[in-house]
Amino acid sequence: MYIGRVSGTVVATIKNETFDGRKLLIVDRLNLEGKATAKYDIAVDMVQAGVGDLVLVLDEGNSARQILGREPMGAIRAVVVGIVDEIDMEGSPFRVQA
Amino acid sequence: MQLGRVIGTLVASQKSPGLEGVKLLVVQPLDRNQQPAGEPLIAADGTAQAGPGELVFMIYSREAALTLPETFVPVDASIAGIVDQVDVD
Repeated sequence: MYIGRVSGTVVATIKNETFDGRKLLIVDRLNLEGKATAKYDIAVDMVQAGVGDLVLVLDEGNSARQILGREPMGAIRAVVVGIVDEIDMEGSPFRVQA
Repeated sequence: MQLGRVIGTLVASQKSPGLEGVKLLVVQPLDRNQQPAGEPLIAADGTAQAGPGELVFMIYSREAALTLPETFVPVDASIAGIVDQVDVD
């Protein structure tokens, strides 16, 4: 899993059925300074996250399918599984924006 | 999943079993601002409706094959949806 910041949304009418009725978010992967890296994911939202939220992202298929109850065949990998309240880490300037 | 722009099609008459009828497209991966990022790649079309010029989102590795009618096929990238709209902060 990694820490990300929701920076946008994606809307698609024609898509794999796994995503029917699901919200797709663009999540920027952050480093431990809290800065966006070049990496991002289009992830399925399971926690009612919105743009600007600091989130926990899962990027592994079997776990993702467990969460969505799509075992064994859903075409899904990246899922937003949490909204981060606080990160406590010595020497890190990481701050959660209210 | 990441964004991509379909820039071409690929035809192969000799393919692995299970890939019959699967459309292959040339896709340029994009960053979050829809700018090219990395080298173009060949992706299977899991929507069966994507074409050149379209903005799509792609899924990789094991999950790529799960977008296809036959789910145990040798595919490492596929198109999971055609993007209508992207809103980026």
